Amino acid sequence: MKFADTTVSNERYEENTQRLSKRHIWNKAFKGICFGAMAFSILMLIVLLIRILTQGIGFLSWDLIVNFASRNAEDAGMLAALAGTIWLMVVAAPLSFVLGVGTAVYMEEYAPVNRFTKLLQTNISNLAGVPSVVFGLLGLTIFNRLLGLGASVLAGGLTLSLLVLPIIVVASREAINAVPTDVKQASYAMGATKWQTIFRIVIPTSLPGILTGTILALSRAIGETAPILVIGALTYVASTPSDLFSNFTAMPVQIYDWTGRPQEEFQNIAAAGIIIILLMLFFMNSIAVFIRTKFQKRF
Amino acid sequence: MNTEEKAPLAYNVEQLNLWYADNHALQDISMEIPEKSVTAIIGPSGCGKSTFIKTLNRMTEMNPIVKTNGSIKYRENEIFAKDFSVEYLRTKVGMVFQNPNPFPKSIYENVIYGPKIHGIKDKKTLDEIVEKSLKKAAIWDETKDRLKENAFGLSGGQQQRLCIARCLAIEPDIILMDEPTSALDPISTLKIEELIQELKKDYTIVIVTHNMQQAARISDNTAFFLNGVIVEYDQTDKIFSSPAKKETEDYISGRFG
Repeated sequence: MKFADTTVSNERYEENTQRLSKRHIWNKAFKGICFGAMAFSILMLIVLLIRILTQGIGFLSWDLIVNFASRNAEDAGMLAALAGTIWLMVVAAPLSFVLGVGTAVYMEEYAPVNRFTKLLQTNISNLAGVPSVVFGLLGLTIFNRLLGLGASVLAGGLTLSLLVLPIIVVASREAINAVPTDVKQASYAMGATKWQTIFRIVIPTSLPGILTGTILALSRAIGETAPILVIGALTYVASTPSDLFSNFTAMPVQIYDWTGRPQEEFQNIAAAGIIIILLMLFFMNSIAVFIRTKFQKRF
Repeated sequence: MNTEEKAPLAYNVEQLNLWYADNHALQDISMEIPEKSVTAIIGPSGCGKSTFIKTLNRMTEMNPIVKTNGSIKYRENEIFAKDFSVEYLRTKVGMVFQNPNPFPKSIYENVIYGPKIHGIKDKKTLDEIVEKSLKKAAIWDETKDRLKENAFGLSGGQQQRLCIARCLAIEPDIILMDEPTSALDPISTLKIEELIQELKKDYTIVIVTHNMQQAARISDNTAFFLNGVIVEYDQTDKIFSSPAKKETEDYISGRFG
């Protein structure tokens, strides 16, 4: 009897053992499904890149960058749009960074936990999903009309910063939340005030995450056409903005304008313009990756 | 507690009660902690020993559901008084945590964190503080050539001694230790215990431990907590040789807990 107890005959798992081959098939199948999903996205990206590169690469030229827009496709450049986009970023980047990080710090470190703050937190995440054209209408109403800024660089930059604010808040909150409680407690236990703990421990530790989120959000803003058009950006501007109140155009607007024209030459320089904007995005994302790997703290 | 020598008190706790929402975690705790001695707090998990030690520097307040009443006097000062600054309390009362928790900074930066937040800026003074604190925490020899390196490069035991050095840098009066060796191997544990023996000449130490041998080895007085109350508090020899209460005897002889 004792001997029988110690032998390996476990009826309960007999059936399961027979199912093993089925489990192995599923094991492989799921890997296949995930690979398929990945391959599809990569394929689409490659198709897009080939499509743009074959059409546009021949038309990439220095003229495209240093010339203003023109009725003749050969003379047309995107200097005004390039400058406009840079001006927009100069307005939007610091503003959305300060407001976004401030909001995130408040929500993570100061806000009491109750139903109202939970509702607020959920809604900020929802805000990140609001269509950009809605932010354009908001910008048109408040900055352009109400504050009388017109279709200026300032109004455009403010609108874009509102657009990316929720994304920065969500990314910053995640980064701040990832700072171990242990480490914060160590700071408080030495008599640090909340401000000292936030400024010396929480923000430095979460900065890589915050900056990565901010840069990714801004690179989304660079590509936004709708809100810029809605607040009244021009499609033909023959000068770079001289101050915050100048009229402007931006790269996606310029590209949108060119693709809408019937002449094939304009289609081609639009493709070249897309290459330039893609390079800018690629550059910004590289900075984000660099910051992440270089400054990431490990715990 | 029948202490014949009348050492000045570091802490005088009277009728302390603490609730986590509806859970009455500490019940009518009264305890005198003499200065320049090691007071050990033992008891099974969930008995309130960690909660108690965190009340001594008001770290429990960080949890919004905690409510306390009663009195804790730190050297005659009521720490729950409205005009008593929690930052002042925590400069006088350092804390070492269960898991080593150095900052993600260099060894040097870790030690000067406390002095810097309290306004010391002079480079030479800071250098002196670093050397003195690391020496006191018996980790100077291992770290003097790598002060600028990240503290995460140290072993767990070294990190814990760095945390002790960081705590010593603000020249506290009292050091609270919440199971400081439970995450460490036996050799690192031994080093920390030796260090505690050394430190009690200058500091008052309150240590929570779930290791009864450790309490017996290093402490002068021991309090046994069970279900949020103090069952027995006496000189360590007495607690371990002839405990007055049956629960204490059962616990230290390993019959439960």
